[in-house]
Formats: sequence, C-alpha cells, structure tokens
Amino acid sequence: MRQTLARWFDSDIGYSFRTSPMAIIAAAIALVCVFCAAFANWVAPHNPFDLTTLVLSDARLPPFWQAEGSAKYLLGTDDQGRDILSALMYGARISLVVGVVAVLASMVIGVALGLLAGFKGGWIDAFLMRLCDVMLSFPAILVALLIAGVGRAMFPHAHDTVAFGVLILSITLTGWVQYARTVRGSTLVERNKEYVQAARVTGVAPLRIMARHVLPNVMGPVLVLATIHVATAIITEATLSFLGVGVPPTSPSLGTLIRVGNDYLFSGEWWITIFPGLMLILIALSVNLLGDWLRDALNPRLQ
Amino acid sequence: MTAIATDMAAGPRTTSVSATAADTGSTALVQARDLAKTFDVSAPWLNRVLERKPRQLLHAVDGVSFDIEKGQTLALVGESGCGKSTVARLLVGLYEPTRGDLVFDGLEAHKVFKTGEARKLRRRIQMIFQDPYASLNPRWKVEDIVGEPLKEHGIVTEAAALKERVGQLLQSVGLSPLDMVKYPHQFSGGQRQRISIARALATEPEFLVCDEPTSALDVSVQAQVLNIMKDLQRKQGLTYLFISHNLAVVRHVSDQVGVMYLGRLVELAGKHQLFGNPRHPYTRMLLDAIPKMHDTGRARTPVQGEVPNPLNPPSGCAFNPRCPHANERCRTERPALLTIAGIKVACHAVEEGRI
Amino acid sequence: MSLLEVNNLVVEFPGRRGTLRALDDISFSIAPGEVLGVVGESGAGKSLTGASIIGLLEPPGRVASGQILLEGQRIDNLSADQMRHIRGRKIGAIFQDPLTSLNPLYTVGRQLTETILAHLPVDAAEARRRAIRLLEDTGIPAAAERIDHFPHQFSGGMRQRVVIALALAAEPKLIVADEPTTALDVSIQAQIIQLLKRICHERGAAVMLITHDMGVIAETCDRVAVMYAGRIAEIGPVHEVINTPAHPYTMGLMASIPDMDSERERLNQIDGAMPRLNAIPTGCPYNPRCPRAFDRCTRERPELLEAGATRAACWLHDAHQSTQPAGATA
Repeated sequence: MRQTLARWFDSDIGYSFRTSPMAIIAAAIALVCVFCAAFANWVAPHNPFDLTTLVLSDARLPPFWQAEGSAKYLLGTDDQGRDILSALMYGARISLVVGVVAVLASMVIGVALGLLAGFKGGWIDAFLMRLCDVMLSFPAILVALLIAGVGRAMFPHAHDTVAFGVLILSITLTGWVQYARTVRGSTLVERNKEYVQAARVTGVAPLRIMARHVLPNVMGPVLVLATIHVATAIITEATLSFLGVGVPPTSPSLGTLIRVGNDYLFSGEWWITIFPGLMLILIALSVNLLGDWLRDALNPRLQ
Repeated sequence: MTAIATDMAAGPRTTSVSATAADTGSTALVQARDLAKTFDVSAPWLNRVLERKPRQLLHAVDGVSFDIEKGQTLALVGESGCGKSTVARLLVGLYEPTRGDLVFDGLEAHKVFKTGEARKLRRRIQMIFQDPYASLNPRWKVEDIVGEPLKEHGIVTEAAALKERVGQLLQSVGLSPLDMVKYPHQFSGGQRQRISIARALATEPEFLVCDEPTSALDVSVQAQVLNIMKDLQRKQGLTYLFISHNLAVVRHVSDQVGVMYLGRLVELAGKHQLFGNPRHPYTRMLLDAIPKMHDTGRARTPVQGEVPNPLNPPSGCAFNPRCPHANERCRTERPALLTIAGIKVACHAVEEGRI
Repeated sequence: MSLLEVNNLVVEFPGRRGTLRALDDISFSIAPGEVLGVVGESGAGKSLTGASIIGLLEPPGRVASGQILLEGQRIDNLSADQMRHIRGRKIGAIFQDPLTSLNPLYTVGRQLTETILAHLPVDAAEARRRAIRLLEDTGIPAAAERIDHFPHQFSGGMRQRVVIALALAAEPKLIVADEPTTALDVSIQAQIIQLLKRICHERGAAVMLITHDMGVIAETCDRVAVMYAGRIAEIGPVHEVINTPAHPYTMGLMASIPDMDSERERLNQIDGAMPRLNAIPTGCPYNPRCPRAFDRCTRERPELLEAGATRAACWLHDAHQSTQPAGATA
C-alpha cells in the first residue's frame, strides 16, 4: 500500500498535483467538505433534525459576529431554531451521497453502453448513438422533473427511500450519455490497435477483450468526466430540491435549505439561505477544479 | 483499409473435423488457394441515397495462391495498397475470405474457425505485428501479456508454473525473466517486439505470420530481432510468412518470395531466382528502385508513375499503365499466375517470350 | 567560406528531473551546393539538429551554447521575427509527412505564390509564373492546371514533389530535409531522391539530408555525419564512411544493415541499445557496446580525430597513442 502510494506520489501525476497550488487547495477544500459531511454526526455542534433538541426561542438568530448572535450557533439559526452550521453539514451529506451515487450509476451504465457501441459497431452502435442524441436534446432538469413527477404519481405515499431512488434515477438518466459517447470514441480507437487484434488471434472471447483489454485503456477520460459530473449532479439535485421535487423534506439537502431560507431573504435573515448556497458553491467549485486539473494532468500522457 | 471486420467465430457448432479436411494433392503445411477479400467502403446508406453515390468495393486481395512448406519462410513484398497486410490477416482468421480458402495441415482453416475446434487451430497459428507500441496492452504487465495465451488455452493454469513458463519464454527471446513485472512503456521498441514474439510463441505454434515486424525498428535493433527469429525457426522448426516492403531484409530471411501488386501476386519464386533473375517488370522495377549502399554509380531504368488508387484499379493487368512492355492484351486481359521456367509469374510479356 | 557552420552546438531540455542534453557539442559545416547526410538511429539527435538550424526547436528545448552561422552570420540568437525572414529565403525545409506539410485548405498555387511573394521582390503574375515553372521542374504533369488543385487531390509522391517545390520557392541556399522519403513507397522514393538531387544541384542549393536509411545517403550525399547519443561519431566523404568506416559504431551499423548484394546467415548485431538521454555513460557514449573499448574510453570523451579519409570521435585514432592497447593505457 505504501509502495503504491509512494509510486503515485513520485509519478508524473503526483508531480503535477504537488506543483499545482490550485489542485492542492481544491483537494483540501473538497476533503474538508467530505469529511464534515461524512462525520456530521460527530463533527456538527448540534443535531438540527432532532426535534427534541430544538429551542424555539433561539430561532432566527444571526451569525455569531453580529450583535444578536451567539457563539452557540456560529452561523445563526433558521425559523425553527436549527443551527445553520450543523444543517450545512447534514445537508452536504445528503447532497454528496445523492451526487456520488448518481454519478456511479451513470458511469456504470454509460461505460457499458459505450463499450458495447464501440466494439460491436453496426446497428447497435447506430441505435445507441441516436438514443444519446435524443437524450441530449432534452434539458436535464426537465427530464428530472418528469421522472420525479411520474415517481410521485406512482408512489403517492412518497416513501423516503423511493424518493431518493427516483431522484438518483432522474439524474442518472441524462447523465450516462456523456460517458457513453466518450467511451465509444475511445473504444473505436483502441479496437483497431494491434494488442486487441493479438488477443483475437489468440482466441480470446470478445466480451473478455472488451472488459479486460479495452476497458482499462478507455477509463482515463471517464474519471475526468466523473469528477466534474459529481459537481453537476450535486447542483442538479439542489435545483430539484429547491423546486420541491427532490429529496423528501425530512432529510433536507443543501437545495432544500436554500429554498427554505429563500422565503426569509427579504425579511433580512439572509444567513438562512446564503450559507447553504455558499457551501454548495464551495463543494461544486472544488470538485470542478479537481476535475479540471485531472484532465490537464492526464492529457499529455494520452498519446 | 478501414473496414470493420466483424466476422469472427460466432460460437461452436457441431461440425466434425473430418468434414473440414481438404484434399489438395499437396503436402505443404500452409496452402492459400485463390484467397480474396473485398471490403465495402461505400458511404453510409443515407448518404448514398441522398447524394447518389455509388457503392464502392475495395478488392484488397484478389485471388492469391501460394504454398509454404514446413520450416520454410515465404516473404510477401509489395508497396502500399498491394494487400499483403490483408493476406496476413486472412491467414490468421482475423478476416473471413470473400472467396477462396486456406488449407492448414490438411484442414480447411476458415471452416474450422467457425467450429468448436477453432481453439486448437488458433494455438497453431499466431501473429506478430508491425507496431511495437500498439501491439502490447499498455495497462498490462509483461507477465500477463505473455501469459494470456497460456491461460486462455489452459496450457498452464497453476500460478507458479505460469510464472516459470513466462520466464522461459522471455529468456528464449533474449530478455530476462525479471522483466515480467514491468510494463511495456519501460521497454524500447526492439524489446517490445521481442515480447510480442514471446507472446506469439507461448502456445508453441507451428506457423507464424509476421506483419512487417522490423519496419518500425532501427537498423541495429532490426538485426537483433531478425537473428532471434531465425534462431527460433531453426530450433523449433517454425514456418513463417514474412510480410515486408524492405527487399534487403526479405533477402536475408526468406526462402521463397512473393511479389504483390494491387491485391494480386505478380511473381512467386525462390529467393535466389527472384533476386538473381527477376522476370516480372514490376519486380525488376522494385529491385532497381531500392537505394543501394554500394555500387551506386550504376545506371538505372527510370521508374514511371505511382501505385494507382486501389479503389479504381486499371483494367487487364494492374501494372499496365507503368509497364514499359505493355501491349493491347495487357490492357484488356488479366494475366494468370503461370508456372514458367520453375517460377510463377503473371505477365503476358513473359508468357509470350517478349522479355 | 562555408555556407553553414555549426560550432559546438549544445541543445538542452530542462525538465523536472534535471536537464537533458539532447545535443552535446556538435560541430560541422556545409559548403555551398554540397549535400551532407546526417544519419543515425532514433534518439541520436539528427532531427533535433535540423530543427535547431531551422529555428523550430520545440520549447522547453533550447540552444544552451554554441553557434550556428549561416553565410557567416549567427542565426541561433535571432528573434522569432528575424528568423522568419531567414526561413524560406535562406533556408528551406522538407519534412517527412507530405500530408501534414501542406495546408489542406489552400490550393497548391496559393501556398507557392504566398511563399514567393513573401520573400522575393516580384509581382503576383510573375510569382504565379515562377510557381508553375517550379511545379514543372519537380515533375508534376499539367502544372498549369494542377497549380489550382488542393493538396488532397495529389497522390503521396506528387505531394512530396509539391513540398520540394515549396521549399525551393524562395530560392534558398540551404535545404534541410528531414526524412523526406521515409513515408513513401520504394518506387516513389527513388524518384524523389533523384529529383531532390537534380533540382538542388541545378539551383545551387546545399542540402542537409537527415535520414536513418543508409541506402538513401549513399545515393544522394557527398559527405555524411553519423550521429550517436547526441554527438557526431564520424564524419567524412560518403563512400569512405560506408566502405572504410573508422568508428566502431559506424562499423557495427554498416555490418548490421542487410545488404541487397551479399548474403549472410546472421546479420551482425550490436548488443544493447542506444543510451537514453538521462543515462549517457561517461567518456565515449558508445563504450559499453564497443567491442574495442579500452580504459581511456570510459574516462575521457573523444573529440573528432583524423582517421584516414574521415574524422571519427574515437580514441583508437588518437595520433599520440603509441599502441592500440587491449588493456589499460596512459
């Protein structure tokens, strides 16, 4: 383990990371956010969703550096007395979980279909690519709204887990296309390379060739896409939650928090919506920058 | 030639081996009989309909026949577009022939490739490719690359035995067994080509098709690789089909030489005859055109023209626009490969005794 | 006076693992109208030499020290703008791939006249006439019509002829040709070599021909420089270098080339490989592979020494050496 880490550190990518201040900062910020989100139970000063701990008289307190603020609630409280800072961490957890799971699902589907299209060619390829074209012509949010609406109609009692599933499905349904197209292009290139032909001459089955020979060689751009896609997925989820068709209200994500706080914006309690918004930007930006760096770091080595 | 070959073995069918045995009256290990491969390079259907483009067929290989005896090397030479690489791929089963067949050790190879016996046949025929950088999977260790045929065919399955066998194979091509933990990019072009050879030899094949194996290598490295190939041939009794455009290399490695032009064989002769007394005008032109290191003051026959577009070959003899001896018959009638004075040549002028 | 003089040229590539010396103290000259071949295997530095002379060294590569003089004037320290004037007018370039050497969006005529007009004081009509004559000279049939064709309408060999015409358009004194025939078929190769030789001779242009193909060198060049690991191993008249090489590397190289006219059971091989730039041995870079290396070879780097008709960078030819030792020496 240490050896692989040492090898990575010393490699070209490790060097590129060490010498890129932006990558280091972005990675640090992302790591902090993920850490807070993952260990919210232990890190957050309060549990904003435990109704028994809420003190209604503490509602609508501003951040601690303002006059009426208190050090107990560093970033203030919302209309129900929930600590904004803690809500951020719990909310970030929801957002990140939804984002990452959606990206993983998109990646698996997209890569599999892309490999299939690129390797088989013919009408399978044509059909899948036309499908991609169709999917791309719909704005992702509209598709998500549609799926969410259908989901609610089908499961009117809106079980929590079902709501999550529907949300992830709606993000995945438009997300897989990018992966499929990228992987298809790379597969077309790799397929004609002589090591694939050598495997065919040896008699290796086509499925094995796809999985064991071609797949490792096309994953590079996929990782870059996935990193950037996490940011997009989180924002999409936030948008859907803001519109009220995302996560159930019992587990508010950052989007929900922004929506809730929006109502109080003009009455002067800006902190309820601004801080979740800032957190969202922070996560999305840092992940995006990491993806940018990764793309540049991998690029000169991609032939 | 960018046609996609999707005609690999689809799955086992229960045809018995005896039904695929061929009766040819020749005992050569490899017999190619009127092999032909045509690619459809037409524009997509929609474009053809809307833009009224015609169907375009590329006759990459147009009727090639030859025999290779066990332990011998046949070299196929020619310039770009002559189809030699396609012939190589036809012989290993990467392409399905449009016409003609390959008889290997008495079996009709392409029929066998479609049956359950395909694996056994694949063990006996292997291939070495031109590009040392693309012929090894950059993400695999050398150990896995060379070991894959062994695992695939179940020749060696136990992990320690597999390692040992891979080590032996690497040693047989002049590399160290310690190299097996490295990745391809840690090796030079010549070393990579040796790894390719080790992989090809893993299944102990009888017939190796080599597609320009040293064209991408430096001269001194080429010498190393060619020497190894010759040593292996002697030790293991291998039969080679050696594709190249470099006649000097061909002269060094081959026993028999076939000259191809636009998908057809124009001359097929033993090495000494071909280089000593070339009959076909194209062969003569090729031999004359090679820049020589010594004897550079000699007057040369001027060379005419360029290889025509393979999509639109000349009628009759494919070489006629560039041939100083072409007559009316050459422009209309395609010459057959005839046996004349112990060699095979496809030329009306030679047949008629004009040259 | 020599047309081109390269004195102690050093080209380096600063990288994160230290600086790599790609060309280490190269010196040679080209007389007006002469054809000099630069031959070597991959990694020897021959293309870099050509690139440095034309001024097309890719950053981070840079000329670390030494001089390049064209007609007595230094050109290695010129600004990009000044170099642009030199390129084309005094130095023409021919590269390996005719497909990418020509702009696919412009007609051949336009590219030719553009070059002529940029460097010569003629008007457009005269430029076009010259362009047509150039195309005819390079053997393109129906030049007056084909001048308005696009590069993709020419075949590979024809395209290379156009590239040669383009290189000669502004009447340069020196042509740097980097592997001009490697991408072509054998029969076309012969035609292009003949053309290059004839047309440069007619126009009095000197040629620096960079290639790995000894046969091409033998047919075209007057002198040849053999490069190894960023240095010149041997330089001299072409037939002398080929037939009576003085440097062990040249000897090994000549012996490992399969020759059309002779037949050997085994090709002579040089064991090992050219050292990577970050692992060049001390002393003579060839010493680990040299069958005749002795103690001095591992310590001191040899300069080009007189060795009969050629000059070779090899201690075997040191005139002050009293014996040819098999072991240690003073």
